[in-house]
Amino acid sequence: MSAFASHFSFEFRTGLRDRPLLLMNYLFPLSFYVVVSLLMTQLNPTFGPDIIPTMVIFVTLTSLILGLPNPLVSAREAGIFRSYRVNGVPALSVILVPALTTAMHTLIASLLVAFTAPLLFDAPLPVNRGGFALFLVLTIFAMAGLGVLIGVISTSTRITILWSQLIFLPSIIIGGLMVPRSALTGVLAKIGSLMPSTYSVQIYDTLARGIGVDAKTILSVVVLLAGGILAFALASYLFSWDSHNTARRASAWLALTVAIPFIIGMMLL
Amino acid sequence: MSESIIKVVSLTKSYGEFLAVDDISFEVWPGEIFGLLGPNGAGKTTTLECLEGLRLPDKGDIRIMGVDPVGNVRRLHNTIGVQLQTSGLPASMTVGEAIRFFSAYHGVAPGYDLLDRLGLKEKAGVQYHALSTGLQRRLALALALAHKPPIVIMDEPTAGLDVPSRVELHELMNELRITGVTILMATHDMAEAEKMADRVAILLRGKIVVTGTPRELTASGPALTKVMVSTSKKSLLTPHLVLPAIQRQLVQDEYLVCFSSDVGRTLKTMLAYIEQHDDTIIDLRVERPSLEERFLEITTEKVR
Repeated sequence: MSAFASHFSFEFRTGLRDRPLLLMNYLFPLSFYVVVSLLMTQLNPTFGPDIIPTMVIFVTLTSLILGLPNPLVSAREAGIFRSYRVNGVPALSVILVPALTTAMHTLIASLLVAFTAPLLFDAPLPVNRGGFALFLVLTIFAMAGLGVLIGVISTSTRITILWSQLIFLPSIIIGGLMVPRSALTGVLAKIGSLMPSTYSVQIYDTLARGIGVDAKTILSVVVLLAGGILAFALASYLFSWDSHNTARRASAWLALTVAIPFIIGMMLL
Repeated sequence: MSESIIKVVSLTKSYGEFLAVDDISFEVWPGEIFGLLGPNGAGKTTTLECLEGLRLPDKGDIRIMGVDPVGNVRRLHNTIGVQLQTSGLPASMTVGEAIRFFSAYHGVAPGYDLLDRLGLKEKAGVQYHALSTGLQRRLALALALAHKPPIVIMDEPTAGLDVPSRVELHELMNELRITGVTILMATHDMAEAEKMADRVAILLRGKIVVTGTPRELTASGPALTKVMVSTSKKSLLTPHLVLPAIQRQLVQDEYLVCFSSDVGRTLKTMLAYIEQHDDTIIDLRVERPSLEERFLEITTEKVR
């Protein structure tokens, strides 16, 4: 087995056998999906068409923004990265493999949502499967990049929670999940446009629902793609093997430049 | 003498204002066990971390089998095996997974024989967090040796090990030496250094204060050899006894204990005295100054 395959296989299994990771990858988001969908379809019968996009984005936020960064920080603090370094594991593998395996778990959980929602809650399937695939891939890509970046720049697990919540909570509240963007006031809608979930919802609403491509959809694709690429590039540049992550390069300010595509998106959306 | 396998020239490393390693130079020869000794904070770990490619030196040149650790990390890690002082593995990684994982990165077949040699074969399915500290250290060593490197760097190799494990590790180090593996170790266990190392360098406040074989180092100091003798008629336990080259003598549990600066002369006179008094020796012990005593002398001298 090649080194990458061996690493991937180990990290993938860790996502299932490590209880906190299993909780963040599957148990919490899927339980949330079942309970909230059950409640919401009773309270609001028009919620059906929104179950899949809302819950898929929730799954990605939970596993990639809340779940992915913490093990990276813990591993660095426990000296695991140092062991990797002296045994020839490249920095890129240390960043990419957990991102890829968590993305794989997210994909599985998202597909579980997409396939069970029509059966359990009479939710309509996406009309355009290609559009749905693009929505899924771009959402996972951008969130994975942000998750890895949080893991790389956090100086401790406590700081990780703060960074993660900075994306997670606003995404839920004003990022198009709890309240549609059209229902938000001007300022809140603008702030909501800083969240990747806003662009994911935009892509789903047009491409996956088969409405067609408009300028806002193209902008959303570009923002998520650019945000993801920038996040992975910054994570790779700022990565430190040091257990304490106090090197000058680990600058949170530099990491904040990841917001540039989203700021541009906010101005144009 | 053949060319050195590790060459460090004018290595300097600071952390902010703190100068951890101050312009040190040393060479390690193929097949030897070289010990870096020093109190806590002397710069041993920083020196090793610069050699392992974990830290970037501020100044100086390092060559490990001709490889620059800064410029060629990949080649370096196939050349050296490293047992870190503090390191870890993912909590859920099993022993078997660890050996497969790191062997794959080194591009070699998993060294299951090493697990057997280090008493880890039965633990192949056990996760890292469930291993005792001693077993975790053994696993770290197994991983360091998995790709059969010609150089092994060990930072406090026996820290946290019980006595049988220490003995076993020392046996393994000797086996490695026989097969031509060069070992560079940092330790503050003087007995270990004296027993295992061919040469040692004593580091103090980031500087190498002395280098040599343990025997050279112990012989170079003013420390006295301790002679303890007990006889059946106790003829030596008289206050009138005058032995040559003795700096200090006392009686302890029916033993004459004396400290000699010339043990040959002292013993010769002592044995003649015993024979003269028709006495017989029950027990005779000669203890040369240990590396630990010499180390304490050197470090105390330098600190003053």
